[in-house]
Amino acid sequence: MKPSKRLFAWAVLLTGTAGVLGAGAAYANDELEKMSQDPKQWVMPAGDYANQRHTKLTQITTENVHKLHPVWTFSTGVLRGHEGGPLVVGDMMYVHTPFPNKVFALDLNNEGRIVWAYEPKQDPNVIPVMCCDTVNRGVAYGEGMIFLHQADTTLVALDAKTGKVAWSVKDDDPAKGATGTSAPLVVKDKVLVGVSGGEFGVQGHMTAYNIKDGSVAWRAYSEGPDDQILFDPDKTMAMGKPVGKDSSLKTWEGDQWKIGGGATWGWISYDPKLNLVYYGSGNPSTWNPSQRPGDNKWSMTVFARDPDTGMAKWVYQMTPHDEWDYDGINEMILADTKVHGKETKALVHFDRNGFAYVLDRETGALLEANKYDPAVNWATKVDLTTGRPEVVAQYSTDHNGPDHNTKGVCPAALGSKDEQPASYDPQTHMFYVPTNHVCMDYEPYKVTYTAGQPYVGATLSMFPPKGDNHLGNFIAYDVNEGKIVWSDHETFSVWSGALTTPTGVAFYGTLDGDLKAVDAKTGKLLYKFKTPSGIIGNVNAFEHNGKEYIAVLSGVGGWAGIGMAAGLTGDTDGLGAVGAYKSLSNYTQLGGVLTVFSVE
Amino acid sequence: MNFDRVSRFAFAAALSLGFVSLAGLTSNRAARADDTKPYVIENGRVDKHVFNGYRRYGDNCLRCHGPNATGSSYAPDLTDSLKHMTKEQVEETIINGRMDVNTANQNVMPAFGTNPDVVENLDDIYAYLKARSDGALGRGRPKQIGEDDD
Ligand code: HEC
Repeated sequence: MKPSKRLFAWAVLLTGTAGVLGAGAAYANDELEKMSQDPKQWVMPAGDYANQRHTKLTQITTENVHKLHPVWTFSTGVLRGHEGGPLVVGDMMYVHTPFPNKVFALDLNNEGRIVWAYEPKQDPNVIPVMCCDTVNRGVAYGEGMIFLHQADTTLVALDAKTGKVAWSVKDDDPAKGATGTSAPLVVKDKVLVGVSGGEFGVQGHMTAYNIKDGSVAWRAYSEGPDDQILFDPDKTMAMGKPVGKDSSLKTWEGDQWKIGGGATWGWISYDPKLNLVYYGSGNPSTWNPSQRPGDNKWSMTVFARDPDTGMAKWVYQMTPHDEWDYDGINEMILADTKVHGKETKALVHFDRNGFAYVLDRETGALLEANKYDPAVNWATKVDLTTGRPEVVAQYSTDHNGPDHNTKGVCPAALGSKDEQPASYDPQTHMFYVPTNHVCMDYEPYKVTYTAGQPYVGATLSMFPPKGDNHLGNFIAYDVNEGKIVWSDHETFSVWSGALTTPTGVAFYGTLDGDLKAVDAKTGKLLYKFKTPSGIIGNVNAFEHNGKEYIAVLSGVGGWAGIGMAAGLTGDTDGLGAVGAYKSLSNYTQLGGVLTVFSVE
Repeated sequence: MNFDRVSRFAFAAALSLGFVSLAGLTSNRAARADDTKPYVIENGRVDKHVFNGYRRYGDNCLRCHGPNATGSSYAPDLTDSLKHMTKEQVEETIINGRMDVNTANQNVMPAFGTNPDVVENLDDIYAYLKARSDGALGRGRPKQIGEDDD
């Protein structure tokens, strides 16, 4: 009731101030929202605004999924890590690549013929300022345009039919280490885009551009004065209380916030009824915690913002004063589901730090925070009244100090889960989560900031948890009970976005290249197919001419490709076992290929 | 003002002076200066140069060349490269970078010539890489000579 009234009031206000734009705004919102509910298409990165990654198509079932097979493939011609997945809008499919960030429009009516291809000209000097390979997590669609966020932070709007550039803006400066890897999201008459560069001391921000012409509607930084972070000291809430004046500035020494990180390189979700967008911020810069005393707000934070103004309605910081590089950027899944038996408008977030957070997405109230990998040891629990983790001194790299090697911290910096998005099945109310099962030694030390140079200040080694020799799990997680239901071991981290169907199938890809289908109830393997390269892309579904298809990009790389190419090890735990030295390069090689499957 | 930087710098200067005056003497330091074996490793433990090189590697190179310098999905395995490259070639590559960008490859080795953390520690980074390449040093964080067991 209330939210829609507010929305209406806003629309009137906007129409009053900018008539034509206001009308367009309402249209874009309605059109895209409707399209996202059509299961035949896949019009936004996660399939829908709620980031559920759940298809409503029912042709592929637990009974027939063993008949799945590739029906066509498409080589992108680019070698490095392929994250994200294709969009399907009407009869067209849009496929993106890592640097040089090509976009291909494929005609599904004409055997995937290339209708247009776009390749921006970018200075290759942006490549070495990308922290972890040259990945890109996909394009967005809205009002007849495809939006591409290039490595050099250019946001370009392309005519979806012709590929012609409608407008183009530069979001930030790669010479200072700011880069573009994330997928934009179209909300109403705006396109929202984040920034990467937490390892280079950027001041992270989320920016909304007007779809019409690419002009800036608002920019909200992750840290800084209230007018830069778009906080209202009296109205922006954290843990049920107004944040107060200078909530960010008070938690940094001097003007360290200016190089404070909090990059916003993950996924964005949107609740049209509440009129709120949600996303997370990443690690504070540097990785050496003793160099930046304070809580370092609002790095490592879930933001709920008004998409029209950018103003923050509520925030929640998961890892105050990060000491392990546990970026908070993983997707926020919006689900109306039971939490401890109570029907809840929930926001569910599987954080890098190994806790699965459940918040009331309207108020930001913290309802639950449980470990979703039993190996997690850096904190015993999260105090639900203060919202703070209870950090174990032994694993505190700040407590142990710089130049001390803190050993056996779980999870590793890659987190119990990284950007690879989970899926939510609204029928079973279960979450299907691709996870990492990796621990680390972490040794921070002093570094100096030089613009455009890495600002890391820690060295680490990674290895599987003691007694284990698998590096990943694909799990089913129950938010109502706050527990893992089943867990499938994987040789390597699962770095691929999941997909579920109403027919009880859960899909994901593996780093060694398999597309897998498992029984969503039990985790039992039903089908697998070895694609040409390791999968760090996300699985999508669409329908064309009456047939359901599953699509996934393979092309190994990303952080996983760095960490695991030659195997992992630690010096601590006598991992002489061959298990720890399993190297990914023995299983798969580079190469971007889209593979499309069906059962008929 | 950055104390760490100053003391490290002073230390590096002292070391090179020491090296000049000690050249020719058969000491550990002189052994270290040997280009074919530019590291000191005793009972699996390393001197502070190799240790410093390990750390500088971790800060500046690991994100591309992978943990332990064994390569990533797109940057070469340096334990292999150093078997074929001279010290001058390695240093030249680090200072000036290298680019292999065309329709097939998007590989860029950045130029570190303006990065003091790298330039001032070039010998130590080389020592670490060479020790790894020679098989004199295993994977993971090396222990320093004199460091406590734990
Ligand atoms: C942004 C990624 C990146 C970083 C950071 C990086 N390198 Fe490289 N490096 C590369 C790539 C890619 C190549 C191969 C370039 C080519 O194909 O010509 C390379 C090549 C090299 C080579 C030549 C190897 C051979 O076999 O020819 C050396 C030596 C080297 N790097 C050392 C280093 C050191 C030491 C550091 C840290 C100070 C470092 N690199 C940091 C990406 C990187």
